[in-house]
Amino acid sequence: MTVLSAASGVLAGFEPRLGARDPAWLAEARVAALQWVGEHGFPTHKDEDWKYTGLAPILAVPFDAATVASGIRVTAEMIDEAAVDLGGPRLVFVNGHFSSEFSRVTGVPAGAVVTTLAAVLAAGPDRLEPFFAHAPGVRHAFAAFNDALAEDGAFIHLPSGTIVDEPIQLVYFSDTGGVPLIFSPRSVIIADSHSRATIVETYAGVDSDVYCTNAVTELLLAEDAHIEHYKVQNEPTSAFHVALLSVRQGRGSRFSSRSIMLGASIARHEVRVQLDGVGAEVSLDGVYLPQGDQLHDNTIFVDHAATDCTSHQLYKGVLDGRAHGVFNGHIMVRHGADGTDANQKNKNLLLSDRAEVDTRPRLEIYTDDVKCTHGAAVGQMDEEALLYLQTRAIPLEAARGLLIYAFVHEMVDRIELDPLRAQLERVVATRFGSDATVVAP
Amino acid sequence: MLKIEELHASIEDKEILRGVNLQLKPGEVHAIMGPNGSGKSTLASVLIGREGYQVSGSVTYEGQDLLTLSPEERAAAGVFLAFQHPVEIPGVGNMYFMRTALNSLRRQRGEEELDPVDFLALAQEKMKLVEMDQTFMNRSVNEGFSGGEKKRNEILQMAILEPKLAILDETDSGLDIDALRVVASGVNALRSEGRSMLVITHHQRLLDYIVPDQVHVMTAGRIVRSGGKDLAVELEAHGYTGTQEADAGRLSTAGISR
Repeated sequence: MTVLSAASGVLAGFEPRLGARDPAWLAEARVAALQWVGEHGFPTHKDEDWKYTGLAPILAVPFDAATVASGIRVTAEMIDEAAVDLGGPRLVFVNGHFSSEFSRVTGVPAGAVVTTLAAVLAAGPDRLEPFFAHAPGVRHAFAAFNDALAEDGAFIHLPSGTIVDEPIQLVYFSDTGGVPLIFSPRSVIIADSHSRATIVETYAGVDSDVYCTNAVTELLLAEDAHIEHYKVQNEPTSAFHVALLSVRQGRGSRFSSRSIMLGASIARHEVRVQLDGVGAEVSLDGVYLPQGDQLHDNTIFVDHAATDCTSHQLYKGVLDGRAHGVFNGHIMVRHGADGTDANQKNKNLLLSDRAEVDTRPRLEIYTDDVKCTHGAAVGQMDEEALLYLQTRAIPLEAARGLLIYAFVHEMVDRIELDPLRAQLERVVATRFGSDATVVAP
Repeated sequence: MLKIEELHASIEDKEILRGVNLQLKPGEVHAIMGPNGSGKSTLASVLIGREGYQVSGSVTYEGQDLLTLSPEERAAAGVFLAFQHPVEIPGVGNMYFMRTALNSLRRQRGEEELDPVDFLALAQEKMKLVEMDQTFMNRSVNEGFSGGEKKRNEILQMAILEPKLAILDETDSGLDIDALRVVASGVNALRSEGRSMLVITHHQRLLDYIVPDQVHVMTAGRIVRSGGKDLAVELEAHGYTGTQEADAGRLSTAGISR
């Protein structure tokens, strides 16, 4: 069966990915997901959560679903350049499929599982049922599309008390060789009680390849689990990137996610966090640096469903050229979620008259005993500060770079992994001409 | 050192400087006094190259046409402005800022740059001049500084950059007497044969501490009177009104009451 006519454009031709040995629940979930997309179509400007992000350019491309690990041009050097080797376990996916050639699974403590979704689907998919067998359409069409098509991605299970010292690196690299492909990586990370790990996702690809990454990453944190998550999105500007990071947190768990958004022509990074357990903490940060005609959309939903939970959001954007930024942050504090401490902040620096930002911080509160703040700011380069620096002999370009660096340095400082921090510093230095590597006091 | 001839400056068709003439020899300290809106700060702005003014006339600094240079080139050539309102720059460390400034200046002059260790030693030496301690250096530039701290920070930058022409724009504004004393003694320590200063002030008070070689009175965009340091005392006694009478007719509205 194919997607029915309500789905826009060429994506309507897709069929759910049904394996002969798939259990019934999976086949049903995939069919139902695609059917839902067929009936409801992809989001339009009329959907609140997609108001500022036009999808027409994506829906107009005649994408094929990626099948086998093609990527004939990919070399280890290309992977290393896209994602600095952090030395620990490293799963590399080329065109959405696991590549054993570039991957390494070492440094994983006994009992912990670091493998691929494909391996789990082949060996015993039932543990994945909770991640697929939800009512279709509870999320959005892209997530449903991923439900229907996902074949591979990372699968990580950290049993109680497991501590993985080295960061677990997930690299998604695309090399389509001229065929427009859509990738549907699906990663599942299950952190049992008191487990602890750092996960780093990097998305990149070959310049000028046209493709669409439609990724879903799901995390389940049990009591007192602690996960630090990083995401570097550095797809070529010929590509599209739509991603959902979906998190559920149990009692006392701590989750942080830091997003560095650099690439793609249209990129949307959606984070949904459900705080289910008492005293859970989440901290979400993001920096986005669109230039040219890039569109970067950060959509965040934090759902305070338990008492005494804490959530922090800080998103900062620097926009140049005709770039378009979207911040759509929504905090929901449910009835009874007393003791909630939630804040969200979005700050934007516009370097050009033609750059645009739509920022929409939202609080929706159904209880009294809460501490919630939110705020958004959009500003331009401070001319007075530029002049001040110039009168101190600092040339105009360097002065601009210094002020841009000063604006984003707060985000850089929050990155605790040195190689990632250095990478962001290099990007900022290259893009804005600042001598960033020596700014930090 | 500095020769200003028939300097006119207007902003949005409003003429603010209306033919300023001034000459400064090496090592001299000149004060420019005048009521609010007389053009004192505009003169400082034009000298350091702030954009937005239509400028005519000439400014010759050390034999070169100052008006054709960018602000950073003027700085590299040794022109310094202590701002009336120093700018806060969150996220840029004060120490890093000053090292970058000094090294930018040295680079433009073809001199060797200082590494952080050498710079720290230099900065610590200069900080004594304005009684600042290390904690200031670890903070963001001027962020959360009190009025007095900001002005001391300006003088510290002056001490580090060692300009040949220092323009002090209302450096005494917002200072209590103790802060004024610290700032003034820092400035006095930096007086030297090769360094000229243009001290712009509203009040005579500052000139009790920084004693000028000459005092100029500016009203309505012109220097209307010049004299020795005693002129400041006279102004203190009689106000700017007396000065205005000398140029009556044209200058009817300006003036401060004392």
